[in-house]
Order: sequence, then structure tokens, then C-alpha cells
Amino acid sequence: MNNTKAIPSAKGNTHQHAMAGSRLPITSPKQRNRSRLQLTRWIGLGLFSFWLLVAMFGPLFAPYPMGAFVSDQIYGGASAAHLLGTDYMGRDMLSRILTGARYTVGLALVAALLSTLVGAGFGMLTVLLPHWLEESIRRIFDTLISIPSKMMALVMVSAFGTSIPLLILAAVLSYAPGSFRIAHSLAKNLATLEYVQVARTRGEGRLYIAAVEIFPNMIQPVLTDMGMRFVFIVLLLSGMSFLGLGVQPPVADLGSLVRENIGGLSQGALAVIAPALAIGSLTVGANLLIDSLSNSRDNQKE
Amino acid sequence: MRDSLFGLVLGRLASSLITLLLVSLVIFAITSLLPGDTAQQVLGQFATPEQVEALRAQLGLDQPPLLRYWQWLSGFATGDLGRSASNGVDVIQLVNDRLPNSLLLAGITTVISVPLALIMGIAAAMRRGGALDRALNLITLSMVAVPEFLVATLAVLIFAVQLGWLPALSYVSTVDSLGAFMKVYAMPVLTLCSVLIAQMARMTRAALIDQLDSAYVEMARLKGVPPMRRVLRHALPNAVGPIANAVALSLSYLLGGVIIVETIFNYPGIASLMVDAVSNRDLALVQACAMIFCGAYLLLVMLADLCAILSNPRLRNR
Repeated sequence: MNNTKAIPSAKGNTHQHAMAGSRLPITSPKQRNRSRLQLTRWIGLGLFSFWLLVAMFGPLFAPYPMGAFVSDQIYGGASAAHLLGTDYMGRDMLSRILTGARYTVGLALVAALLSTLVGAGFGMLTVLLPHWLEESIRRIFDTLISIPSKMMALVMVSAFGTSIPLLILAAVLSYAPGSFRIAHSLAKNLATLEYVQVARTRGEGRLYIAAVEIFPNMIQPVLTDMGMRFVFIVLLLSGMSFLGLGVQPPVADLGSLVRENIGGLSQGALAVIAPALAIGSLTVGANLLIDSLSNSRDNQKE
Repeated sequence: MRDSLFGLVLGRLASSLITLLLVSLVIFAITSLLPGDTAQQVLGQFATPEQVEALRAQLGLDQPPLLRYWQWLSGFATGDLGRSASNGVDVIQLVNDRLPNSLLLAGITTVISVPLALIMGIAAAMRRGGALDRALNLITLSMVAVPEFLVATLAVLIFAVQLGWLPALSYVSTVDSLGAFMKVYAMPVLTLCSVLIAQMARMTRAALIDQLDSAYVEMARLKGVPPMRRVLRHALPNAVGPIANAVALSLSYLLGGVIIVETIFNYPGIASLMVDAVSNRDLALVQACAMIFCGAYLLLVMLADLCAILSNPRLRNR
């Protein structure tokens, strides 16, 4: 849940090392790898930036207002007037997806950013704190990481009812610990390096060491990690909306669009397939992009 | 040697138990931060303050939180998990009715997905960099990011709507033949398997490649051991621990996936019970279900760790 999905992506690049090291390069595998990486990167980049643009400007291009009842036909198929058909109340699906994507992408971006800020911030600072404080903070994050993200969200919604700030809080509580773990181990390694020791001996303060010596050297892996958190959070929040426990009407994210039109599934309605595919293409695109980026960075290091 | 291994395993068990205790504290704290809510919930909006107060006293909600936590926790030992606020049935009863169904679903999924994932992961690791590996990499990398309800809706669209082989989104409660059994379980299992297999195959591949990259496999290659033998006799025995670790960790994904799958297919398991409980804000039931899920998650993570410990001679003989 929290950490298991992270492992395949993080580890999926091991063969690149071996390619360079242990096999005789008959047809220059590096070259071949590069072109393949480029392909998945372009697919990922294309899908991800498409949804980013939709989130930013989509509502401007929506042919109808999101909540307007524009057709007599429910679960209508694709037509010139309604490119993605109509939903269970005769509203235009294209307009609803263009608007819903803003919530899906926007909420997940905010939550991913906050998770990384909290997780990586603590991860970096705890290295410089006294040992007992470091251990107790680590224990707290270890406890939080042991609660699967959907459980955390479900338990919080059952206690407080659902709302957008609460959903973001649940996502941060679930995903900051993973970010903390990664940042903490990175910072721990960096803190033992000589130039940090030198800064310490020089008498620099903790915040200076964190900001000037440690942070610049861990920014790349932390950003990659944030990308993966983004994918997980999109899946979590649209899952919650799909269960009817996430974003509530009249506002709708892509997950709620799947939920409200699920009745049309038995007739194969476009209204249920289209938003589900939208979420899938967003998360798959982001995942491909992140994987290719972390692969290429490993190549650079060699 | 026995002692140290025993100590190591015992230490791991103890640390899991402590984590479970802390998790229970977090769950209890979240669900009890609003005192009186349960009483208000039961009586509805129009209850007088006196009525609410009386029910709170009856439910023990006026006692100090730590005492309530202790009573709740000890309830797990005695099987008294309180009553469901929405229909007054004992929580333990509801859980007992639903839990076997979920375990059956998870069991079938495991039995199908583990062998497939192992074959895919090992094949990809052996043909590293080849066409098969690249295709599997792209497919699994995409699949791990696909939401369960997309797989589920596409499965329904293909197998129920287009082909008409299976009933759409309906749970048949009478399972009297193998055919009926297949019809009930085909789509939920397919949906759960698709993401699970992708993840497990990736981790299996990574674990095996870790071994293939090590010096002794290089040595075997240099002295002319054929590829198949190299993988099966040299690398695989050493990768069993990491692979078992990967399998156990992947299985913990089931806990999240099953929530969506049981809901979409109306499957009467514990996950759909919990989702209903959350919708009804039936806190006693939510607490019990959440503890079961978190306990199962911790159990799998612990099993993964134990596989790693037991398979590592250096840890074993320390």
C-alpha cells in the first residue's frame, strides 16, 4: 500500500547497471536502452502534461456548464453535440470530465506536495536532532506507515465526515511517512560525509547544515519520490470518491464521475468508461514518466 | 545459533505487536475525538440533550478516554467488540458472517496470482533487456498504476456486456456448482489479480536480478554454466528469501484492492461491510474492521521480514 508499490519502480532499473557492466556490448545496449527510455518517457510526458493542461485550462474549453442538464437522453453515446456522451441525468460528460480533472489533479498535487514537505522536512531535520527525539519521531511515522492508506482515509471519514481538507489530511498522514523514510535515510547518509562534518566543525547551525549542505544533494530523489506519491494519492482519492466517501456533489472529481454513472455499466455506457479511462491514463502516464526519469538519472551516475 | 535466531524472530514478533498496539491507539484516538457523536448518531438530530446524555452514560462515553480505550482493547481479547449502531447487532457477529467470504476471495486470488507472477518475474529476469522483458516491464509498470475500478469496469464491459458470459455486478448467493462458483468469482478475482500480478512480478524480477548481478553468478557464467542452470541452480535458491519477501509485501496490496472490488461487485465480504459502516458512521463496526485490516497488513509485513531473516544465513547464524 504505502511502500510496496514504491519498490518495483525504484528497483525496476537494476538491469541498466548490469547492461553496462557485465555483458559484452555487441550492438551497443546503451544506445538501445536510451531510445526505449525515450519512448516511454515521451508517452508518460505526453499523458501527464495533457492532464496537467486539462486541469489548468480544461474548464475554459468545456462546451457546457458542468451541472447543466443539456440532453433528454441519459447514458447517451458519443455524438457531435456530446463528444463523450451524456451521464445518468443527461449532462454533458466531456464538460464534466474537463472540470472533474481539475479536482483530481489539483487535490493530489496539493496532497503530494504537503506529504513531501512534511515527510522530507522531518526526515532531513531529525538527522540533526538529539537521538531520543529522532527515535520518537521515527516511531510516530513508523506507526502511521503501518496503517494502509485506504484504512486511514476510511477511519477518518467515518469519524469526521468527508470534506476536501480532511481528504488531503488523510492522504498526507498516509503518505508523509514513506517520504520521511526515504528522506531520512538519504539525509543520514549525507550527514556522515566529510563536507557536512566540516561544516559542523566550522560551527554552522543545524538549519544552515540542513538547508545548504544536505538539502541540495537530496532534492532529485525526493522529487522523484513526490511523483510516486502523486500517483498513489490520485489512486487513493479517486478510490474514495468511487466509494462515495470522497469529493461530494455538486463538486465531482473523476472518481465520483465513475461512481455516479456506474448504473450505466450494464449497458456499456460511455459515461462510466470515459472517466475511469481518464484516471487510468493520468496515473499510468505519470508512472511511466517517473520511472523513465529515475532510470536516466541512474545512467548519468555511472 | 538456535538461540540467536529464536531471539531475532521473537524480537520481530514483539515489535509487530507494539506497532499493532500503537496503531490501535491511533485508530481509537481518531474515532473517539468527537465524544457524544455516537449517541447523537443513534438518536438522530431531534434528540433532547438529556436523552443524548443518558445514552452516553449508558454506552460509557462519559468515562475518561484512556479507560474507554482499555475497555475497547480488552474487548478484542474477549470477543466483545460492541454493537453496531445502525442495526444493534453485535459487531463480532457481523464480522464472523463476512470475514470467511473475504478470506476465500483473497485465498483464490493468491493461489492464482503467485505462480503466474513468479513465472513472469523469473522469465523477465532471465531474458533481461530482451523483447519479453521490455514488454512485461511496460505492461507491469502500467498495471501497477491502474485503478481497480478501471479494470473492473472494463472486465464487466467485455465479459458481461459484450460477450454475455458472466452476470454484471450481481452477486449470486447460491453457489451450488463449479460453474456457479466460477461465475461469482471470475471477475472479482480477475480484477484483483491483474494489479497484484503486475506488482509481484516486478518485485520478483528485481529480487532475482539482484542475485544474477552478484559475483558468484558471474563466476558461474565465466566457467561456462548454461543460462537455464545458472538461474535455476545458482541464483534462484539464493533469491527464495527476497522473492518470498516480495510476495508477502505484494499480498498486502490485496487489503486495499479488496475494498474497491467488493464494493463494485457487491461481494458480501468484510471490506464492503466496512465501507457501509463508514457511510453509516457506525463507529464500533469501523473500529473493528480497521483493526482487522491493519492486523492483517502488519502480519503480512512481518511475514515478509521473517522470510528475509530466515533465508539469510548471515542473520541466521549471527
